[in-house]
Amino acid sequence: MTFLQQLINGLHVGSIYALIALGYTMVYGIIKLINFAHGDIMMLGAFTAFMTLTTFQLPIGVVLLITIIFCAIAGMLIERIAYKPLRNAPRISALITAIGVSFALENLFLILFGASSKPFPYHINLPPLSIGPLQITWITIITLLLSVGIMLMLDFFIKKTKIGKAMRAVSEDEDAAQLMGINTSTTISITFAIGSALGGVGGVLYSIAYPQIQPYMGVMPGLKAFIAAVLGGIGIMPGAMLGGFLMGIIESLTKGYISTLWSDAIVFGILILVLLIKPTGILGKNIREKV
Amino acid sequence: MLTINNINVNYGSIRAIKDVSFQVHQGEIVTLIGANGAGKTTILHTISGLLRAQSGEIIFKDQTVSSTEPHQLLKMGMAHVPEGRRVFSQMSVLENLELGAYTRKNKKEIEENISKVFERFPRLKERKKQLAGTLSGGEQQMLAMGRALMSKPKLLLLDEPSMGLAPILVKEIFNIIQEINQTGTTILLVEQNAHMALSIAHRAYVLETGKIVMEGKAESLLGNEQVKKAYLG
Ligand SMILES: Nc1ncnc2c1ncn2[C@@H]1O[C@H](COP(=O)(O)OP(=O)(O)OP(=O)(O)O)[C@@H](O)[C@H]1O
Ligand SMILES: [Mg+2]
Repeated sequence: MTFLQQLINGLHVGSIYALIALGYTMVYGIIKLINFAHGDIMMLGAFTAFMTLTTFQLPIGVVLLITIIFCAIAGMLIERIAYKPLRNAPRISALITAIGVSFALENLFLILFGASSKPFPYHINLPPLSIGPLQITWITIITLLLSVGIMLMLDFFIKKTKIGKAMRAVSEDEDAAQLMGINTSTTISITFAIGSALGGVGGVLYSIAYPQIQPYMGVMPGLKAFIAAVLGGIGIMPGAMLGGFLMGIIESLTKGYISTLWSDAIVFGILILVLLIKPTGILGKNIREKV
Repeated sequence: MLTINNINVNYGSIRAIKDVSFQVHQGEIVTLIGANGAGKTTILHTISGLLRAQSGEIIFKDQTVSSTEPHQLLKMGMAHVPEGRRVFSQMSVLENLELGAYTRKNKKEIEENISKVFERFPRLKERKKQLAGTLSGGEQQMLAMGRALMSKPKLLLLDEPSMGLAPILVKEIFNIIQEINQTGTTILLVEQNAHMALSIAHRAYVLETGKIVMEGKAESLLGNEQVKKAYLG
């Protein structure tokens, strides 16, 4: 495969990492919590899509919409039940709870669906698009268009809408945000809803790219998306997107040119390296407060 | 307008505010003066709902608000300019002002209000696109006050607006506080700069290690020997 081909594959999976990484970074930005259950939300999204596709044979657009709504609600519920009571507890308690939520979701799906992989029943039966020697599948094109479209919408939402501004205000200074009349609980709920919806879409796109789903499917991509978020600068949304795309490209290139077996090790190695050089991530700011 | 009845506030097991009571009447400027660590900020945070009193009662506009959320208090007409300004440094001046009007709906009125704030603080107008974090201390104070005014408050809580500002700027800020008061906003002003605070306030309370030790007309406190010795250097 040519370099360009590898690059396109990298962009494909990278755009999915970027979507999931956005969920990590938004939640971290607003309540300083690494939501370890976020990868499992992705799995939840995949299973929601699986169920709606197999049981009701709905068109993919509707499936995606249902998945978004379902994951958004699940994210809000998790926040209300598991994280909100710990808002004033030490941060490590919330972190451990997040790991607990992750196990709970994985085990719930293990009980509901069993451990074996299920084929994800969605295919696009169009021949790939050929541009010179390049072969671009429609799945790649749709994934890229969809995820970039969603990111542009999200960017507009955060920058221009009232709720988006409230989210930024709460991220920066929760007390000051409250003094502006912002209901921080609601704002945090909305952040979880959006982050989880992105995770759900990521789950569907991931399942279309690698069409096998099982209860632990969220662990590895979740971890990689988390690393992507840290790589870009945790809490910074453009950082999550950049980190996600970089992650996908690096992974695809190492698989193509170095070793499939070692690709994960190399990807994680890169994270360690970047963080040694710039602990706040690529777009992270070193100095935050002006004294 | 505001009545505080016997509030006690703890940080963990340490009692920072002991049995404090005071009132702010409609139209007044009331100042609460005291040294570092006296508990001034703690009292303001308790009034605006960021902290909760262990006991006692807070009454705002004839309603008990001891357990009301900060965002609801803002809707009721209470705005709080916190110590250290706390502007949203990653957002522009204009965005900060828009956030001040977060609970208001009428776009046209908000626009008019922004123009008014720019009239009062012309320096903010010149810098409306600039990130708030890049403003000078004085400009940030103006932004914090302008932002609070965007909610059209009936009662404005100000926590050390003069902190870290050059004398000439302190004068300007205090003039503006008086102007805001004259346009019908009641003000509770917390200050270490007792001289300036007493010179614009109607009434004053002196706070020492969490207790009110003196109260009276601002002019009479300004002439009081004890106050002179302790706070007016
Ligand atoms: N978060 C906190 N945890 C524990 N103690 C606190 C906390 N905040 C304030 N205190 C203590 O409560 C007391 C009152 O503090 P407060 O900040 O209200 O004083 P202040 O009068 O505003 O002082 P300054 O003029 O320096 O701003 C101080 O002894 C302070 O050490
Ligand atoms: Mg203080």
